[in-house]
Amino acid sequence: MERTVSDRVFFHRLKINTRTRVMVFLCLAAVYLLGIFFWGLFMPERAFEVNYTDKLLPPGAGHLFGTDFMGRDMLLRSVKGLSVSMVIAFLAAGVGSVIALAAGVAAAVLGGRVDGFVNWCVDLCMGIPHLVLLILISFMLGRGERGVTAAVALTHWPELTRVVRSEVLGVRSSQYVLAAYKMGKSRLSVAWNHVIPHVLPVYVTGVILLFPHAIMHEASITFLGFGLPADKPAIGVILSESMKYIASGNWWLALFPGIMLLTAIMLFDAIGENLKKLWNPDNGNE
Amino acid sequence: MERLKYLGKTAFRMTALLIAVSILSFLLLEASPIDPLTACIGTDSTLSDRAKAEISSHWGLDQPPVKRFAAWAGNFIRGDWGESITYKKPVKTVIGERLKYSFALMSAAWLFSGVLGYLSGIIAAVKKGRLLDRMIKGFCLTLQSAPTFWIGLLFLSLFAVRLGWFPIGLAAPMGKAAEDVTLSDRIYHMILPAFTLSVVGIGKVTLYTRQKFIEILNEEFMLYARARGESTVQMILRHGIRNTLMPAVTVQFASFSELFGGIALAETVFSYPGIGSALTAAGLGGDVPLLLGIAICSAVFVFAGNLTANLLYIVVDPRQAVWGRHF
Repeated sequence: MERTVSDRVFFHRLKINTRTRVMVFLCLAAVYLLGIFFWGLFMPERAFEVNYTDKLLPPGAGHLFGTDFMGRDMLLRSVKGLSVSMVIAFLAAGVGSVIALAAGVAAAVLGGRVDGFVNWCVDLCMGIPHLVLLILISFMLGRGERGVTAAVALTHWPELTRVVRSEVLGVRSSQYVLAAYKMGKSRLSVAWNHVIPHVLPVYVTGVILLFPHAIMHEASITFLGFGLPADKPAIGVILSESMKYIASGNWWLALFPGIMLLTAIMLFDAIGENLKKLWNPDNGNE
Repeated sequence: MERLKYLGKTAFRMTALLIAVSILSFLLLEASPIDPLTACIGTDSTLSDRAKAEISSHWGLDQPPVKRFAAWAGNFIRGDWGESITYKKPVKTVIGERLKYSFALMSAAWLFSGVLGYLSGIIAAVKKGRLLDRMIKGFCLTLQSAPTFWIGLLFLSLFAVRLGWFPIGLAAPMGKAAEDVTLSDRIYHMILPAFTLSVVGIGKVTLYTRQKFIEILNEEFMLYARARGESTVQMILRHGIRNTLMPAVTVQFASFSELFGGIALAETVFSYPGIGSALTAAGLGGDVPLLLGIAICSAVFVFAGNLTANLLYIVVDPRQAVWGRHF
């Protein structure tokens, strides 16, 4: 997170080190994101009912984000949409991280042909623009919810695979691992005591940093019309609907849902980056 | 010799990658439940079943996939990329027409984001830790997280609708005959989408340049230059730019993949008739030949970017050529 100079002075006077500050930030961010997630998850459809008497109201006391052309409350729709996006991102990060872990470890440990093959697959997936690949996979599954979930889940592993592979490769040939082998430790014990503790933090931050990408890509292809169907309250749907009303000056339809999306993406990003900081012994206690 | 070998290897990799991309795209499209015949004639067509069967066999839809792929690939190499269903024109013509628009858009955005990103990266590095640096950094981090299409929507509602400075969409004034459209019309219509598109890439270049420049500023030769009495501007011009320009250009070339994704979104927002909006239309209309053509073009485009980036590495740093393992 960015901090201003006065912030720093303030924290310094309180004698709060990076670790505490990061922990406080992480808790706040997690509370915000989980709050939105559960609020949206348990929100009944009634909450953003069609109500033509209130249509296209600008933001105000009754409706903080205003209402759309059917009189639906934009704040509630955005929250619901964001939590739908988060579910898809969770799925995507889950699937992507498993593929990445398996492929990355296999490439690094088995080496040779397997390594070549994994690298080639990574190159292949990264050789097509991400958005084009998303569209192709979503097209394969006949678009809709299934299409977008699969597309987002299946396209986010290449970067993480590279990271995992290079981490495992690095630790595999390091002095302390070689020394452990020489001292007669078993493969399992080396893996448990040396490899996993080294790779895990990088892997976990990698998975968390997958999140913002997954959310953004889900919103993008939904916006283009390949993702969630138009009757779902997804952020992409909201923004593509807003396109029709922007020309008549209803700016709030795009501004606020987008800010919510942006905030969520940036918070996930910041959580990942801060965890990186926290787990790095060099600057954890600054 | 090393370089020649490297080039040969690269050419081989490129062909292999392209073949794989086309097979992958073909397989993905093949597995789709969207029926090309229905996509072409529509669901409420009054054609008899027999006529439908005849069209299917004329298109070769009754053939096994491998045979169809072979036929498609053979035609593709010979220059027949098939007929677009959405636009009722040969795919090659559609892509050719639209590439002109997209190319102008992408190069404008690419140059703009590169130049502005590089300059603001230098400024941020020189002012490291100060307010200006924090502002630039915060701004870039925000831009990196902002979805392209949302930025486009905001620009649209602010500059086109509210202020009325720019047109709301399309690549030329509506209702004007194609031959009357002037260059300034085209540029006028291109500014907003190009600006939106450049916002995508600017964060990356800026942050990269900033980091690289800070490294260079901490070098011993910079300290020595300072001791010789060089001013900050002299230091930047004499030592800073030489050490950071090429890496930054390389990063910019390697960002072609995001650039291509960006045009699909930016062109959809501004209804700009480029290759990105054709991609969306092809996907939504079940237009398999066009989708395949665009997918392959995009892969070639990304590969060209990566290749240029790698070749630039060799030019800048001859040690890289010996390894040549950057693909």
